[in-house]
Amino acid sequence: MSKNSQGNKAMKEFLAEAQEFVESLSRNLIEIDKAVKTGEPDPDMVNEVFRGWHTLKGLSSTFGVEPLSLLAHNEESLLDDIRLGRKVFTPHILDSLFESIEEVTKILDIINESGDIKATGYRDNRTKTTPEQSPDSGGAPDYGKDDAESFIDPKSLIDAEVLEVLTEFEEHRLRINLQQGQAIYKMRIGFSLMSIDQELEDIKGRLRPIGEIITYLPSSESNDPDMLDIDILLALHQSWEDLEAALEGVGAGISTLVPGRDTPKAASDTMIPAPPTAEQPSDSSMTGIDSAVASEIESPVISERGLVKKQKEQLLSLRSVSQSVRVDIGKLDHLMNVVGELNIIRNAITKISEEMRSLSEQRELAIELHRVSRGFDRRLAEMQEGILEVRMVPVSQMFDRLSRMTRKMSRGVGKEINLVISGADTEVDKLIIEELSDPVMHIIRNAIDHGIEDAAERRAVGKPEFGTVALTAYQKGNHILIEVEDDGAGIDGEKILEAAVDNGYLSKEAAASLSEREVLNLIFLPGVTTTVKANELSGRGVGMDVVKTNISALSGVVEVQSELGIGTKFTITMPVTLAIIPALLVSVDENTFAVPLNTVAEALTISGADVNKVMGLETFTLRGQTLPLCRMDGFFGRPRHGAIPKSSRLLVASLGQRRLGLVIDELLGQQDVVIKPLGYSLDETRFFAGATDLGDQKLSLVIDTAAVIEEFFASNEDFTQPAAQAE
Amino acid sequence: MTARLLIVDDSRAMRAYVRGSLRGFVDCEIDEASSGFEALRLLPRTDYKVVITDINMPDINGLELIKFIRASERHRDVPIIIISTHSSKQDQEKALELGASVFLPKPFTPPDIVDVVASLIKEKGGES
Repeated sequence: MSKNSQGNKAMKEFLAEAQEFVESLSRNLIEIDKAVKTGEPDPDMVNEVFRGWHTLKGLSSTFGVEPLSLLAHNEESLLDDIRLGRKVFTPHILDSLFESIEEVTKILDIINESGDIKATGYRDNRTKTTPEQSPDSGGAPDYGKDDAESFIDPKSLIDAEVLEVLTEFEEHRLRINLQQGQAIYKMRIGFSLMSIDQELEDIKGRLRPIGEIITYLPSSESNDPDMLDIDILLALHQSWEDLEAALEGVGAGISTLVPGRDTPKAASDTMIPAPPTAEQPSDSSMTGIDSAVASEIESPVISERGLVKKQKEQLLSLRSVSQSVRVDIGKLDHLMNVVGELNIIRNAITKISEEMRSLSEQRELAIELHRVSRGFDRRLAEMQEGILEVRMVPVSQMFDRLSRMTRKMSRGVGKEINLVISGADTEVDKLIIEELSDPVMHIIRNAIDHGIEDAAERRAVGKPEFGTVALTAYQKGNHILIEVEDDGAGIDGEKILEAAVDNGYLSKEAAASLSEREVLNLIFLPGVTTTVKANELSGRGVGMDVVKTNISALSGVVEVQSELGIGTKFTITMPVTLAIIPALLVSVDENTFAVPLNTVAEALTISGADVNKVMGLETFTLRGQTLPLCRMDGFFGRPRHGAIPKSSRLLVASLGQRRLGLVIDELLGQQDVVIKPLGYSLDETRFFAGATDLGDQKLSLVIDTAAVIEEFFASNEDFTQPAAQAE
Repeated sequence: MTARLLIVDDSRAMRAYVRGSLRGFVDCEIDEASSGFEALRLLPRTDYKVVITDINMPDINGLELIKFIRASERHRDVPIIIISTHSSKQDQEKALELGASVFLPKPFTPPDIVDVVASLIKEKGGES
């Protein structure tokens, strides 16, 4: 049993790791793809990609995932050839690598869904072209060729003691750098074992801009068990002055293995001083410096870094570096539910304490209970916030996948697309990310397929040949906004109207009176499209209605702006989380409803006399803008006739650009609610996002404000929307 | 006597696999290091009976780790098992030259690793 659960644990780790691998691989490939266009990709990154496939191959063969290990084996060999300079990245090779990521994803999906670790259901449907048959098979690169003329044997220059610990790849990189005539230095730097990771990252950050780090050689145990001396083998691409500047304040003993043009004569034994706290050099057993080229190298001077001192005084901790854990989202959901239940209990306690306070004989006890329950409230709020924070992931998870797809699609339609991503570190609930990915994908697909013109067309109108799609995320209050903006042809309103009329959504007459905004919004209706011919990518524009439905299901809204000839911008507004939300409790016709607070801009009391009629609708003028009013009792089917009473409660609901005044009877208070779905039989119910337990054994329906706003404006199409009017 | 083992591999799944394979078959306690640096941090503080390491790791590779271990006072004789795929013959040879005891190619089965670890512990036990 325990044996088995161990096996399951390893298996789970494998699936999780494979998923992480896909994410980092695709990020790296995108970078490499960019770099290849302008020059040579970063060898470190290429090696990283190799190592990824290498690890995946080892794991998948160990766990018996045949199709995956086969795929990984092929890609590993290919990457091995590339990192060792036997092949170069070509567009064809990059394509196939991107495709392989998709295949890995497919295999993982099959395993995750079927639980069949062998992934027997998997078929690689790609048409196979062996690299030899393809037009550009990589071939031998024009850099780093090991031909007789340029061949340099590192053995003649670098000591065997260094060479013996270099992996094949590191040796190859060393050779390439030697061939390019770069200077090679070995730098001894003392690190505190406790903080070596941060310190090393710092050093990497200093050295990477000026050269290539070939490897890190830990020296044998030093006298101080808390310290470690590491020799960093660096091929310097910049000047000696740059090296000195980069290592300023570090305290590094530099020995020259192969000097460059500007290596100072004295530099065979150089010391870039550390901050004043540096101690006398410890003894050095520096090895590998008796190179043929670098003459008379003596023991380099070694010193400790200043920051090390104080850390040594602290208790040395053996804590692992990676201090993060992966958590199943299901477990977080469970915790969130518990928090929801705790909230309910809290409300009950609050109620009891209030009741007690009104009874004079228990007054002291009541005050005490009140105090305790206040403390409980605060802690509960902290806990809730903490769990919410854990659920948050950066949108980069989704953006990486999108940029991969974008690349594939742009090649598919033969359009050069520059995807500009910003705000990738914006955080949003994990579940929202997962649900949002498809709709955003669809919008991008439409942009590439129908929005961006082909190169000739773009040239003709004076645009750059490559199209730009900007993918932006940012947070605004309790919402996250995701924008997809292209610099394509824009949406032709005339064609939209035609299609809408053809589909019978509105009459020609009604069409004539629509505002520009309203016209654009018609693309979210099923069957309304501007494209005549269907194609493989986005079909016939089918799906904008689906996009909208999916986003609405997440309590979000999608809006579109477009200008002919300039481009189109879609804006998706989403709540940051759906797990637990603050809500306003309101009463309408003696029923209690919860309205998500993040959809309410303000609450006010209006007088019946302030209500005007505009185009048959009741409206209210709020700070100079016309706000249409929706009487909630009427909306839910039991309209009370007559004018709005003398003094009425009004919630100003706002989503995206639209605002609507919801007329309610009473405002009961505010409460955090966990929304529970209504269940299968009530699946079709509109206008409600779910139900929630209010604590006093009362249930309340949670109003789906987005759906209400949607429906209101859909059934009052003639009404000019307030935002449009304000412009 | 319970033996203390160190596994160095940057893959969590591989570490979990080795741990799971040994569990119940070899009387041992296992420390895990996800990088060469973590291994360097652990090595000076504990007497390990066996070290199991991958070669291809970022920053400090397995070869450097073997050399470091062999040069250290504490572990100069510790058996080192290399777990790696067959990809680089050259790296494999270097590992053995630097003093690795056994090269166990991936993929290996749980009994494979159990056999190797158990026999190395037994060997060492017999010596001392």
